[in-house]
Amino acid sequence: MTLLLRSENITKNYTNHCALDNVSIEVSEQSIYGLLGPNGAGKTTLIRIINQIISPDQGHLFFRDQALNPAHVHKIGYLPEERGLYKKMKVGEQAIYLAQLKGLKRQQARKLLKGWFDKFDLLPWWDKKVEELSKGMQQKVQFIITVLHQPELLIFDEPFSGFDPINVNLLKQEILRLRNEGATIIFSTHNMGSVEELCDHIALIDKSKKILDGNVRQVKKDHATHIFQLEMEGLKKPLENILDKPFEIIKTWKHNGHTMARVKVNAPATSNDLVKKVLDHSHLVAFSELTPTMNDIFIKNVTGKYPMETHDANHRINPEELPLEQ
Amino acid sequence: MSKTGIIIKREYASRVRKRSFIVMTILGPLLLAALFVAPAIIAQISEEDYQVAIVDDSGLFYDRFKDANNVRFTHLPVGIDFALEQMKENRFDAVLHIPETAFQAPSTLRLFSEKAANLNAKLYIENVLKHEFESLKMSAAGIDKEVLRAIETPISIHAVRILDDGLEQADYPEVTMGLGLVSGILIYIFIFLFGSQVLRGVLEEKSSRIVEIIVSSVKPFQLMAGKIIGIGLVGLTQFLIWIILTFSIIGVTQAAFPELFRFTPDEQVYITSSQMLNPEDLKQQMETIQQFDTTAGRILEGLSAINFPVMILSFIFYFLGGYLLYSSLFAAIGAAVDNEADTQQFMLPVTIPLLFALIMGQMVINNPSGDMAFWLSMIPLTSPVIMMVRIPFGVPYFDLFLSAGLLILGFMFTTWLAAKIYRTGILMHGKKITYSVIWKWIKQ
Repeated sequence: MTLLLRSENITKNYTNHCALDNVSIEVSEQSIYGLLGPNGAGKTTLIRIINQIISPDQGHLFFRDQALNPAHVHKIGYLPEERGLYKKMKVGEQAIYLAQLKGLKRQQARKLLKGWFDKFDLLPWWDKKVEELSKGMQQKVQFIITVLHQPELLIFDEPFSGFDPINVNLLKQEILRLRNEGATIIFSTHNMGSVEELCDHIALIDKSKKILDGNVRQVKKDHATHIFQLEMEGLKKPLENILDKPFEIIKTWKHNGHTMARVKVNAPATSNDLVKKVLDHSHLVAFSELTPTMNDIFIKNVTGKYPMETHDANHRINPEELPLEQ
Repeated sequence: MSKTGIIIKREYASRVRKRSFIVMTILGPLLLAALFVAPAIIAQISEEDYQVAIVDDSGLFYDRFKDANNVRFTHLPVGIDFALEQMKENRFDAVLHIPETAFQAPSTLRLFSEKAANLNAKLYIENVLKHEFESLKMSAAGIDKEVLRAIETPISIHAVRILDDGLEQADYPEVTMGLGLVSGILIYIFIFLFGSQVLRGVLEEKSSRIVEIIVSSVKPFQLMAGKIIGIGLVGLTQFLIWIILTFSIIGVTQAAFPELFRFTPDEQVYITSSQMLNPEDLKQQMETIQQFDTTAGRILEGLSAINFPVMILSFIFYFLGGYLLYSSLFAAIGAAVDNEADTQQFMLPVTIPLLFALIMGQMVINNPSGDMAFWLSMIPLTSPVIMMVRIPFGVPYFDLFLSAGLLILGFMFTTWLAAKIYRTGILMHGKKITYSVIWKWIKQ
């Protein structure tokens, strides 16, 4: 797979702190790349460097093996996290203006915009002032402006903040469609759950350093927790007396008369061994592995422990039940 | 079109379409034209006659009052009571009563009026009576009338400036002072008005966060330059429309009411040797000259002597220079702060030199070629205002070119400085900005 964008050892220092420390990423063509990390980790700095808004103190960037230069600006579409529009300017006029700054001709921009506005139900607003639009509609306009000039690389910084669930879905579909049509996409977000299912690749950034990157499936595989949750009925003797060495009991608690337990299975034992042991002493109602979310993986990489290993019994059982916001 | 060009076009178009711009564009020339036409109209209005009835019981003076300075005299050979009746019926504005004993006891003279007495008329009457009393007394003392006439010499000094090329030119200090002050104030207003538009524009882009979108397409410097140039062109457009409309209004007024604009005929050579002319002719000539010697007349005359093309070209240059100098600083402020309230602490040091120039302009006007005038018109921060104050008085080419050169260097420096602050500040949010923070940005 060819690389669209490559950064090599990017370092950026501000007067009082280091924003990026030796960060290298590789973004393959026609993939969705997630740049994940908490607020203030350095994601936006990296994105601004890719957009040539600021320049790195050290390191190099390559766009298709060419050193990144101002000519590449037209090949990149950028939706910043903090985004706005001229409030007093008419929507259509403003969209044309911003498209012109991306190198489109006026007539061409108008034609493309009309198509997009139609698709997003914005056509009736063409001649309205931006301040008359709802926040969601403004976000749609900004999205259109970002993708209008058909850039090879799209960079979305916290794209879903401010959208209602219906529009989030609309946007996700558009983004997947753009990827399928050949675009490469970089997502940057602190809300790791929101893009997990979209990303092919991820890089975790914390305190200006990249702490992990790779293919999403591989990362998840590498980060199997080996922690299993059991729900048992009529347990005859304490679990401590049933499970020995390779099994590590993290937590047990009562739930609706059932015994709940979270157990870590250390090699060479397997989940099958755990089930066999428990079956002899109780009626097993439910059994599942706790798969880590990207958020869990992040926490593990920062603190060395998964949240389910440290949190109390009320910690969620099913990753799908995770609220989107941390 | 280059990207800076696209930005300039937006900044320009979005502003010239605003209602406030259109209103200012129409109001401005009306005000300016009023400045020019007003003296003529005032001259006309003051010609509305002030009617004075003369009741001369002594019979000595009633034919001595010539209608002049818009004061009309009518001799009423009636009693003072009847004359006062007439005044109450608004036939006259005032009644001058000269009692029989006036010559012996001048303090019995009375000028009656219903409203406050017209000062001009009172002064004129006093002047005539003093003159007549003196004549009478001199005649009584046996001095010949002809000799008396020859002694009379009205004095009015015409200031003449010797120009570099040796030509002489009539000088009208009141007019040049007025014009200097007006252009100084005008350039101050223009720089301030359009400079703060730059500040507000930058602040709007920063606080609405559209700048985050724009800087991914253009360099921060292009955005700043586009805004400054675009707004500068708006200022220039406004000024040019003002000038064209002002002169059109004046032209039309002049064509419609030519009698309003009677200027002194070309400078005549007169009074080379008063002994050569007989006293009667001399007096005649003096009166012709004095007829135009009213304040309004002098203003009209003085204005016609001003070199307007030079004034306008220098105004454009110093507006652009001063505007570029200050507006880049304003842009830097707009980029550094988060909201309008925070601008105050940074606005002060930028506006002080401009305000200082305006205040000093009033001193410079009293000595437009002094040391202070020279230095203040060299320092780029004050030169736009001070130079405009000086130019109507005539400025040596050396001063002009040196000042212009320094102004160009000055705005290149402030633009360079502003660009450094701008590119960092425009993307910085929620940070407490102090001078030391800005200093760090500059050093980066």
